[in-house]
Amino acid sequence: MTIYTEEFRVERGNFQEAGSASSKIKRTLKKMGISPAIIREVAISSYELELNLVIHSLGGTLKLSIDGSQLLIISEDMGPGIGDIELVMQEGYSTASESVRAMGFGAGMGLPNIKRHSHEFSIESELNKSTRIVAKYNLI
Amino acid sequence: MILSEIADILDAKVLCGDAMLNECVESAFGADMMSDVLAFVKPHTLVLTGLVNHHVVRTCSMLDVRCVIFVRGKQPTADIVEEAADSDIMLMTTDHTLYESCGMLYGAGLPPVERGI
Ligand SMILES: Nc1ncnc2c1ncn2[C@@H]1O[C@H](COP(=O)(O)OP(=O)(O)OP(=O)(O)O)[C@@H](O)[C@H]1O
Ligand SMILES: [Mg+2]
Repeated sequence: MTIYTEEFRVERGNFQEAGSASSKIKRTLKKMGISPAIIREVAISSYELELNLVIHSLGGTLKLSIDGSQLLIISEDMGPGIGDIELVMQEGYSTASESVRAMGFGAGMGLPNIKRHSHEFSIESELNKSTRIVAKYNLI
Repeated sequence: MILSEIADILDAKVLCGDAMLNECVESAFGADMMSDVLAFVKPHTLVLTGLVNHHVVRTCSMLDVRCVIFVRGKQPTADIVEEAADSDIMLMTTDHTLYESCGMLYGAGLPPVERGI
């Protein structure tokens, strides 16, 4: 099975570039002829994950991986890790700063939103180490 | 509802994308948090906001939103308008507040977005 991957570095605090990886991923999926409805769902997940990397992580990568009928968006970072996964999955829970809120983010809606807009969703995290979040889509 | 009708109701000024004036939206959502826009907006939704920055355009572009209306007379900078034009997003601005604008459109029959997929 051919595997297509694209990987983007996402820097902590770089709001200037925030969204550019997701925008490139969206363009790739359009070129591949993937259905617009799925592209929109993937775009939401990748954008939420990319913003979380910028806002909450020490930096990391956003990856698109397509393997036949399965499409994955994977966010991996270099910390700080998530202590209580159940807590961060609650709508409204956010540790975003006032300056992030002033930019229009930090309502604590992102992670539950990804869960709603993906076919499968998982978070693995080790506190003070790293977090890996995967949103999975079935293409057929 | 057709975007030109919306522009008339809100006495809104078109900043870019006037070619889209005869396009249709099925619902509208008003918020100053892009996090909420991401969580609520459906395809063919009009976005009304008092927040003006590049993230508004980027967020709406991700969601395939076709038109954004800035309320309270907010004016985006030229580079924001340019980014919207590049992303095929129509921008308008109205002097009405978010509350007034939403009320006027709701009263004219434009429905809210329904929560859920
Ligand atoms: N990559 C990450 N590393 C460490 N903590 C994270 C990471 N992503 C999310 N979090 C934590 O989970 C919380 C909830 O994330 P979520 O995306 O749901 O909301 P938010 O980013 O705070 O706000 P919104 O997504 O609505 O703009 C964050 O406030 C943060 O504390
Ligand atoms: Mg988030």
